[in-house]
Amino acid sequence: MSRMHITLTVNGEERELLAEPRELLIHVLREKLGLTGPHIGCDTSHCGACTVEMNGRSVKACTVFAAQADGAEITTIEGLGSPDGLHVLQQAFREHHGLQCGFCTPGMITRAHRLLQENPDPTEEEVRFGMAGNLCRCTGYQNIVKAILAAAEEMNTVKEAAE
Amino acid sequence: MNDMTPPTREERVEKLKGLGCSRKRVEDVRFTHGKGNYVDDIKLPGMLHGDFVRSPYAHARVKSIDASAALALKGVVAVLTAKDLEPLNLHWMPTLAGDKQMVLADGKVLFQGQEVAFVLAEDRYIAADAAELVEVEYEELPVVTDPFKALEPDAVELREDLHGQDSGVHGKRRHHNHIFLWEAGHKEATEQAISSAEVVAEEMVYYHRTHPCPLETCGSVASMDKVNGKLTVYGTFQAPHVVRTVASLLSGIEEHNIRVVSPDIGGGFGNKVGVYPGYVCSIVASIVTGRPVKWVEDRMENLMATAFARDYWMKGRISATKDGRITGLSCHVTADHGAFDACADPTKFPAGFFHIMTGSYDIPVAHVGVDGVYTNKAPGGVAYRCSFRVTEAAYFIERMIEVLAIELGMDAAELRAKNFIRKEQFPYHSALGWEYDSGDYHTAWEKALKAVDYEGLRREQAERVEAFRRGETRKLLGIGLTHFTEIVGAGPVKNCDILGMGMFDSCEIRIHPTGSAIARLGTISQGQGHATTFAQILASEIGLSADSITIEEGDTDTAPYGLGTYGSRSTPVAGAATAMAGRKIRAKAQMIAAYLLEVHDGDLEWDVDRFVVKGAPERFKTMKEIAYAAYNQAIPGVEPGLEAVSYYDPPNMTYPFGAYVCVMEIDVDTGTHEIRQFYALDDCGTRINPMIIEGQVHGGLTEALAIAMGQEIAYDEIGNVKTGTLMDFFLPTAWETPNYTTDFTETPSPHHPIGAKGVGESPNVGGVPAFSNAVHDAFRAFGLRQVHMPHDQWRIWKTAHDLGLHG
Repeated sequence: MSRMHITLTVNGEERELLAEPRELLIHVLREKLGLTGPHIGCDTSHCGACTVEMNGRSVKACTVFAAQADGAEITTIEGLGSPDGLHVLQQAFREHHGLQCGFCTPGMITRAHRLLQENPDPTEEEVRFGMAGNLCRCTGYQNIVKAILAAAEEMNTVKEAAE
Repeated sequence: MNDMTPPTREERVEKLKGLGCSRKRVEDVRFTHGKGNYVDDIKLPGMLHGDFVRSPYAHARVKSIDASAALALKGVVAVLTAKDLEPLNLHWMPTLAGDKQMVLADGKVLFQGQEVAFVLAEDRYIAADAAELVEVEYEELPVVTDPFKALEPDAVELREDLHGQDSGVHGKRRHHNHIFLWEAGHKEATEQAISSAEVVAEEMVYYHRTHPCPLETCGSVASMDKVNGKLTVYGTFQAPHVVRTVASLLSGIEEHNIRVVSPDIGGGFGNKVGVYPGYVCSIVASIVTGRPVKWVEDRMENLMATAFARDYWMKGRISATKDGRITGLSCHVTADHGAFDACADPTKFPAGFFHIMTGSYDIPVAHVGVDGVYTNKAPGGVAYRCSFRVTEAAYFIERMIEVLAIELGMDAAELRAKNFIRKEQFPYHSALGWEYDSGDYHTAWEKALKAVDYEGLRREQAERVEAFRRGETRKLLGIGLTHFTEIVGAGPVKNCDILGMGMFDSCEIRIHPTGSAIARLGTISQGQGHATTFAQILASEIGLSADSITIEEGDTDTAPYGLGTYGSRSTPVAGAATAMAGRKIRAKAQMIAAYLLEVHDGDLEWDVDRFVVKGAPERFKTMKEIAYAAYNQAIPGVEPGLEAVSYYDPPNMTYPFGAYVCVMEIDVDTGTHEIRQFYALDDCGTRINPMIIEGQVHGGLTEALAIAMGQEIAYDEIGNVKTGTLMDFFLPTAWETPNYTTDFTETPSPHHPIGAKGVGESPNVGGVPAFSNAVHDAFRAFGLRQVHMPHDQWRIWKTAHDLGLHG
């Protein structure tokens, strides 16, 4: 199968690669770019383990062809926080025990990151609705919701202090 | 240090981050960074990808397999069929239940999704393409998906390989689709109690087929190094050491030449206890090709082919006096095991610990018989977030209690309290042969009922029924009660083994000279947070901070042998081993401290993190100082170093319990429900990390919610799986999941070194009956006795309709 030349900006870094037209973004990220944070948990785009940010929107990378992402700006979990310090959301998930096996966590945090940009001060109901595309089998969500609300509050406090 | 104020005892205790502390998890930094390492993240040089050709039919002969078109595709390396595995005697494999299972279809297929051929290719896309190109010719055979029909005299014979064998590993087979009959208790005495009773309630309680469905599916990467003769297998294994032994027995490769590694596991819930054809095929393919081979199933394969749970038809009878004293309990189970008996139970217990079915109640006499049956469904029968068949047992008794309450016209909470095993009866010997270690059910029950204002809820419910009858509302209120008793922590080696391997567990500790440590265990975390909690157990035992203790599991080359993590056995068994190994460390440390302080070791006493000379608190040696001396000071009669290992064979299992109340609103016209309140009181003995316990309870309750309210592996009459994707197989989202209120009492286990009992599975065991009882209870006033789970919207609507509530 002929391959396409694709250029992406992933976590701020420009990456070039060849991919088949049918190749999924999740496979390109995981297998060609070595970004194994986003995971594959289903084949019907229900679970959200593969969630990344593409051009400022949450997408499930199992439902996007790599070719569709040509020229796109992509943020994965690897683009949040740094080895020296956790992002506020990462810290909140740890603080509030919002993860157990860790498999859904990268998609969960990446989605929460976008959600809080779209709605910086959400209610519990809005968090639950906004996160409904990401499944978790371990936590029962209660602590995930708590973590996201706590992160929102902290981000808002920091923002207010800066203003 | 000397010129500063020494820390107080409380400060020293706090610094340890030991037992009882809500220590933040050490696993979380890497997981929140996306730096977990799961099996599909493993990429080895030259690695091939395997994919299965699977049967579209539930029962058919395989007439021919033509792989020529697949093999002609560029990038395809090989296509394996049963014929290729037969010379290695690997076309069938033993199951954990003492049966055997086809690795690849040997002449016929017995369930939809069964593995027929294994395609090996350079990448996963080519492997999937090639699997499509393999031409298999089938001849359809009659299908049986109903276990009762499977036992009819003229039912089609499913397991022709067992033709004429009238006994199996668990005794006599009375029909060609019968696997075993397993019994416990006293049949005649139970019959007599029931037949002479004042009140008898009888009901068929069905616990439907479902699936653990962890977010990460099953998979393995096998790598045979032909130069060194070493086989390394990475995989989603809840019991890596057992996998190594089984791999050695099957392949003939000596056990020291096999290394099995469970990397991070994305949830298990029982799904990753079984041994699957994919594991075997990846290993064989690597041996054949000399290249690493990865196999990772997709979600549909996971739901169709690996390890279902439950599928128990439980016909029960319970008897009582008129005033509600239970006098006897009987149950007959028709257990649908699918095409191969691949249940993961201790060998002597083909129905697991189902005979915990007398639950929390003092029932003088009981009997249970379980018939295992073959059908054209996937094999499995794993314990989905429960100890072996305990959730079936808890559901059964908690439904029977409700049905008996209806029969007696009595309040179900009162009936429970009247029949609880009393505190002073522990250790309690149940009619079905268990010795319950400890419990205080009345205290837990009263606390729970008070917390939810039970009487107030009943008043509200009665008012609601009246309002409904007056046509003022279309919503009913259900109060779902449960008091469950689990049996976990298998188990004493004398009666618990899997494939002959005794179910002990282990911990090996190495203290480093500067006073930090590494401990390795025979278990493997799948999200339970072992790296956090086992360090806490150890910190309290040896007086080093949990932050200075690394916990490792899952690599059979480094970790001591153990039977793995399932059945809530990690804390009861490996946790006990950790405490015991810690105590060995402390015993040696005491001798070293005695030498250093120039006193007799009997003159020392342990105090948090140090040995102190009795009566002279200013004279002490901390564990940190002792560790340094252990390596760097010649001590007469004492070997250098500070290490210990413990293999722990528990004297008994542990019996966690809990009291749950679910308050549910049900709309009779739409069949929708809303969980208004869920109160969960758990008693898991000594609490190691309250934060993690609460997380386990939230998660288990949500899995219970899924099972009770919608999750099901359903088949049509010709054996098609109707729920093979997450479109049809219910996993609750954040939107459907309620907030839970957790609570606890603490009744330590008298035989466990730190009194802990295990908690991971309690909320699933107790949660399912609580949700289901709430649905039933909402309709009790309108004459409902029993409907089958899952209580999805349609079924609830149908229940309301059948009761005439739609006018």
